[in-house]
Amino acid sequence: MRHTISVLVENKFGVLARVASLFSARGYNIASLAVSETLDPAISYMTIVVEAENEKILEQINKQLNKLIDVISVTDFTKKDHLDRELILAKVKFAFKEKEKLEAIFKKYVGKIIQYKGNTAIIEAVGDQAKIKQLLTELNKFGVKELVRTGRIAITH
Amino acid sequence: MFGYPGGVVLPIFDELYEAKIKFILTRHEQGAAHAADGYARATGKVGVCLSTSGPGATNLVTGIANAFMDSVPIIAITGQVKTNLIGNDAFQESDVTGITRSITKHNYLVKDVKDLARIIREAFHIASTGRPGPVVIDLPVDVQSATTEFVWPEKLELRSYKPTYSGHPGQIKKAAKWIENAKCPVLYVGGGVITSGASVELLQLAEKAGIPVTTTFMGLGAFPGTHELSLGMLGMHGTAYANHAVMESDLIVAIGARFDDRVTGRLDSFAPYAKVIHIDIDPTSISKNIRVDIPIVGDAKNILRELLKYIKKAPEVKVWQDKINGWKQQYPLFYKNDEALRPQFVIEQIYQVTKGDAIITTEVGQNQMWACQWYKHDKPRTWISSGGLGTMGFGFPAAIGAQVGCPDKLVIDIAGDGSIQMNIQELATAVNNHLPVKIAILNNGYLGMVRQWQELFYKKRYSHTTLVNPDFVKLAESYGAVGIRVTKKAEVRPAIEKAISIDNTVLIDFRVEREENVYPMVPAGEAINRMIGGMA
Repeated sequence: MRHTISVLVENKFGVLARVASLFSARGYNIASLAVSETLDPAISYMTIVVEAENEKILEQINKQLNKLIDVISVTDFTKKDHLDRELILAKVKFAFKEKEKLEAIFKKYVGKIIQYKGNTAIIEAVGDQAKIKQLLTELNKFGVKELVRTGRIAITH
Repeated sequence: MFGYPGGVVLPIFDELYEAKIKFILTRHEQGAAHAADGYARATGKVGVCLSTSGPGATNLVTGIANAFMDSVPIIAITGQVKTNLIGNDAFQESDVTGITRSITKHNYLVKDVKDLARIIREAFHIASTGRPGPVVIDLPVDVQSATTEFVWPEKLELRSYKPTYSGHPGQIKKAAKWIENAKCPVLYVGGGVITSGASVELLQLAEKAGIPVTTTFMGLGAFPGTHELSLGMLGMHGTAYANHAVMESDLIVAIGARFDDRVTGRLDSFAPYAKVIHIDIDPTSISKNIRVDIPIVGDAKNILRELLKYIKKAPEVKVWQDKINGWKQQYPLFYKNDEALRPQFVIEQIYQVTKGDAIITTEVGQNQMWACQWYKHDKPRTWISSGGLGTMGFGFPAAIGAQVGCPDKLVIDIAGDGSIQMNIQELATAVNNHLPVKIAILNNGYLGMVRQWQELFYKKRYSHTTLVNPDFVKLAESYGAVGIRVTKKAEVRPAIEKAISIDNTVLIDFRVEREENVYPMVPAGEAINRMIGGMA
């Protein structure tokens, strides 16, 4: 099962490597990872989506992260009410006669066509996992040539 | 401090020329790391080693990994190329913080001399508190030469590192109740008890509640091996009675131990009837391998003190103790006591001559397992051996470190002819520093433990385990040490006595029975009560 974990870390040299190498050394899988500064520039915020087969592994991931000296706190969002979002950028191929059909899609999603180049549109969209998945299914009917995702970020509510 | 000079640590060595720090020059950086480790284990203080960049630092790596696996507080200071050359593939450059990230508790690259005092303060704090472990400080040569005003930070501010020392009172009360009501309890004790200095409290608990005690390899000496409640070591080469007791127990009280695979054997059949109380300062050790019913995170000494207060009555364990005593009589440790010079006999003799009062270090393999079994370890910090990593070549430099830390103690390295050659060059270090360490080589001309596995599981195909050795006596003499050869049983005791009487490094080459095996033995991946061998 996939879990969204947030990790507050000291914004120090090598901290991303410490977290990443913990996952590789212990054989845990990272599905996505987003890192940024917080309001306090001395602290960084990591949102990690992990693949954990069972609770025992999830518990170990949590404890092992906490054991790293530079980790300040670890929160498992799966057990809390939270919102999560992801931003995607994609190049979508379309036939000219389908242009309106493509544009119509974005009435249902938070996103837009940023620019056209020939028969390719560059689009952006934001949403939770379900929304993004739906959108991609629809876009795939046109033909997605390239896709870039930021990975999930999350916040409690 | 133990170490070895080199290009980018010249500024430090120039200061050491007249510093008050006692510096021991080893003959290999690996020796320096193990010596710092042995020093730390024997004294309970932090051991320090120092090397140059590149190969100097990578030679420390095995020693750092070894200290990490056994939770030993050492600081490794490595020189690094100039800050502006880092990342340039400079001469003798290696990415030390990268290489050591997964084998240290923490590591630092010092980029500004203003951070140095704080980092050294933090490093010692991190290495020695909580679950101890090695910390690496990578120190570029230009930072070593830079100057700044010296300010020793009195206060540490580590918001992200706060080990838990006192246990949860509710959990401790609950544990006390469970102990009072247990029928077949076992105390399963690891190195954490030694680190925490909780041997006295452990003895009080065992005696108050009448609970038998088995120790892990790392826990040897945490509880007196000669005590009637002692079951010795458990696991792969543990005693049969310890393994039977754990398998039939209804309550395991684990203290500072981590249910390692050499202890549990096959996990799904380990201790099927037991509830588990687990006391450990490291939360990651709890419920990692074995499901725990009452986890108590904290320092063993504090928690045992509290636990003793809450235990009002001893559990009824007469039937259980009788059963265990039956196993002790039925399955004692055994070796054939005939005319042959057997390695177990040598260790028993070392035990008798030293009256169990020596610091024993070992190499890795058969020598190590026999030293677990046949030397009764009574006191904490007198058993120094590479547990988690199983590092051949550890015992001799560790003995040097222990002797530096405890100059008045007798320090003996129980060695094999294979392992001793992995750091034999440290004979020069021992002799030059007048360290009267004794080395007892159980010389069977084989890599004995590997040969044993080949005999038992690979149809006696002794692939590359036969050793052609140097003349160890002459080798010792060429270094200025004393060498003694023993080939007969009758010579064993006089040789040990003579070695102890000589105020110099002494190596005894015991030519033991070549194909003796370590028994009992639990084959890898089996349940721990399915032992082979070792029956009279």
